[in-house]
Amino acid sequence: MDFLNSIILLTNFIIVPGITYGSQLALGAIGVTLIYGVLRFANFAYGDLMAFGTMIVILVTWFLQSKGITFGLLPTALLALPVGILLTIVVSLFFDKTVFEYYRNKKSDPVTFIVVSLGIMFVLNAVVRIIIGPNDINFMDGHKFIMKAREFKQMTGLNEGLALKSTQVITLITTIITCSILFYFLNKTKTGKSMRAYSNNEDLALLSGIDPKKIVLLTWIIVSILATVAGTLYGLDKSFKPFTYFNNLLPIFAATIVGGIGNPLGAFYGGFLIAFSEIGLTYAYKKFFKYIMPDVLEPSTLIQFISTDYKFAISFAILIVVLIFRPNGIFKGKVI
Amino acid sequence: MINNSDFKICFSVMTVLTILVGLFQSWGIALSMLNLCLISAVMAMGVNIQWGFAGLINFGVMGFLAIGGLATILVSVPPVPEAWSAGGLGILISGLFLVAVVFSVLIINKKIPNHKYKNYFIFFIIILSIPLLKFIAGPSISKIESINAATSGFLGGANLPIIFSWFVGAILCALVAFVVGKVCLGLRSDYLAISTLLVSGIIITIVKHEEWLSRGVKNVIGLKRPVPYEVDLQNSEWFIKLVEFFNSSKLSNILDPDEKISLLNQLVITSSGVFVKLCFSLIFLVVVITILYFSEKALNSPWGRMMRAIRDNEEAAKAMGKNVVKQHLFIFMLGSAIIGFAGAMLVTYDGLFTPSSYQPLRYTFLIWVMVLLGGTGNNYGAILGGFVVWFIWIQSAPFALLVINIFTNHLDETNYIKEHLLNSVPYFRYLMMGLGLLLVMRYRPKGLLPEKIIKN
Repeated sequence: MDFLNSIILLTNFIIVPGITYGSQLALGAIGVTLIYGVLRFANFAYGDLMAFGTMIVILVTWFLQSKGITFGLLPTALLALPVGILLTIVVSLFFDKTVFEYYRNKKSDPVTFIVVSLGIMFVLNAVVRIIIGPNDINFMDGHKFIMKAREFKQMTGLNEGLALKSTQVITLITTIITCSILFYFLNKTKTGKSMRAYSNNEDLALLSGIDPKKIVLLTWIIVSILATVAGTLYGLDKSFKPFTYFNNLLPIFAATIVGGIGNPLGAFYGGFLIAFSEIGLTYAYKKFFKYIMPDVLEPSTLIQFISTDYKFAISFAILIVVLIFRPNGIFKGKVI
Repeated sequence: MINNSDFKICFSVMTVLTILVGLFQSWGIALSMLNLCLISAVMAMGVNIQWGFAGLINFGVMGFLAIGGLATILVSVPPVPEAWSAGGLGILISGLFLVAVVFSVLIINKKIPNHKYKNYFIFFIIILSIPLLKFIAGPSISKIESINAATSGFLGGANLPIIFSWFVGAILCALVAFVVGKVCLGLRSDYLAISTLLVSGIIITIVKHEEWLSRGVKNVIGLKRPVPYEVDLQNSEWFIKLVEFFNSSKLSNILDPDEKISLLNQLVITSSGVFVKLCFSLIFLVVVITILYFSEKALNSPWGRMMRAIRDNEEAAKAMGKNVVKQHLFIFMLGSAIIGFAGAMLVTYDGLFTPSSYQPLRYTFLIWVMVLLGGTGNNYGAILGGFVVWFIWIQSAPFALLVINIFTNHLDETNYIKEHLLNSVPYFRYLMMGLGLLLVMRYRPKGLLPEKIIKN
């Protein structure tokens, strides 16, 4: 019984939140890595692109709610998602046409691209804050819990409860669907293969008759879809605040580099690695050890590797360790 | 230096902007803008040394500014004896432990020949040392933080004049930059940008959450000043005489003695604020000109030429026998030291240290916009960038308010869109910054004052 309790405890506080947060990071990191692989620069505006997509989703959600349309048990935001994706694609393509294309044709160095993406970051930051304001917004509606901790306790008779929020399940399912479609597309379809070829060797791809404009367009479309989906899922699970989205860029970058920049599968694993280390290393294991250790050895301290204040710092530290020992990432990077 | 055309542009823009604000708004606002512009100029020069001279992309500006700010606390705040007696020993022991860990890692790294498991072993030591450190320091930290938690709850500083802290901040930053540089400088440009940004995130987390050191999010207020306080000025004989002298024409028009005294009092109060800001301006101006002088000297010396050679063609510089790694590390430390100096200046000017206010947008990317807008590789450009960008940053809210009022004039006061736009006026500054950066990068990629290479 104690053993079961301890397992449930870990599931409730580490595994479920880890999978949810990991999926959100993974979706974001795949977007960053695709931009890096195909367009060859680190996009600092990505966090704000996520915020922009989520903002559109929220506005459409409010509109639908005012018309009395809801999605039953599921959050209305899922209905609004296609509109958000569409507008994010429009914005991305607009910035690509007005800004990035010029530097791509000039073959500028990566630093110029970073600086320009900073400019776009400022602009998007302002647009989001002007339209929706800097405050916390909770736009989750529909059924909140699939299983409450109390219900679980009554059902199983265990001491520990297992709460399962519907957003957590939605996040997981959406991530599985999105990633399977994406990886199928990249690995099996002809267009996906041409995209990988372009990322691997630009000149050779051009010689083989691959149209670079089509590849760039496609990349921005995929990236916008990923950014909006990741942003909306994060917003549903926690809440929407423009500043948090900007801050989330940092663990997303960490996940991207840890997984090997330019490698989508690596970014996927990187997201989960970062999420699990952030949550696993800041969790206080006192209760867990209480269950599995005999009473004599009951721990007196919290048994916490590092305090929760340092949650973000952990992902940064992992990144730095990876950069020192394996600069190309845990999985080999630079090719999608 | 004075005959240089860039120098003239730079300082005439500075004077004109200050005078304009002074005439149209008030001299207090104009001087505080000038002061923050001067501090920004120092920050921009620090970044310019790294990016413009050597091509190193440092997105960790925020972290170094925070370290400079921390230095003001460590130097100027009076020590808290109770806290020292309660937990000082524990903190010292854990400090020694940290030093021991670092040295053991260094020794292992150097003495043991390359072995398959060496890196894993070092990694293991570091991982093990964190909980151990927490175990050693934990009790003393909680003791320190519990002493007068509402007013102190930290160790305090050395109770020295705050001016020293600027130099201490610079030295601390150089030391941190040494460690960061050893780790990160070998990376390619975009990796370096990301990793320095993340390192600055770690630094901010530490400053924010180690309350025994910096009071963390509880902030430190009422820091010392290198200039007189307003209250002291208002009570001193010579200052009142000075105000009377400067406003003699205005005062002589008033015949009623009571009215005259009340007007004089009012004048003394407003001009004491201006006077304090003026003192700050003078000190900051001296700092800016000194750094500018040495930086120009360095740029035009053989060393500056070598740095430019390394920046423009690293391989060729290596082939000529220049030690690129060493020079990169040195210039990274130098630039970070100047940024730290500016960070200490900023906290001194504000009179308070608020770790939670350090955000990358304001303290890293804005400084970068200054450098890129002003002109990379040109010190005058960095100063001009600091001025222009800070001016836009401050003035864009009133400007946006004006524009919105013009366009929504026909709407009535309670119109939803008008109200919403008026509430979001502060965010127009980000829009201005972004558009400014994009336009400059497109049409003047070398900045407003491009780099001038003197060929002799």
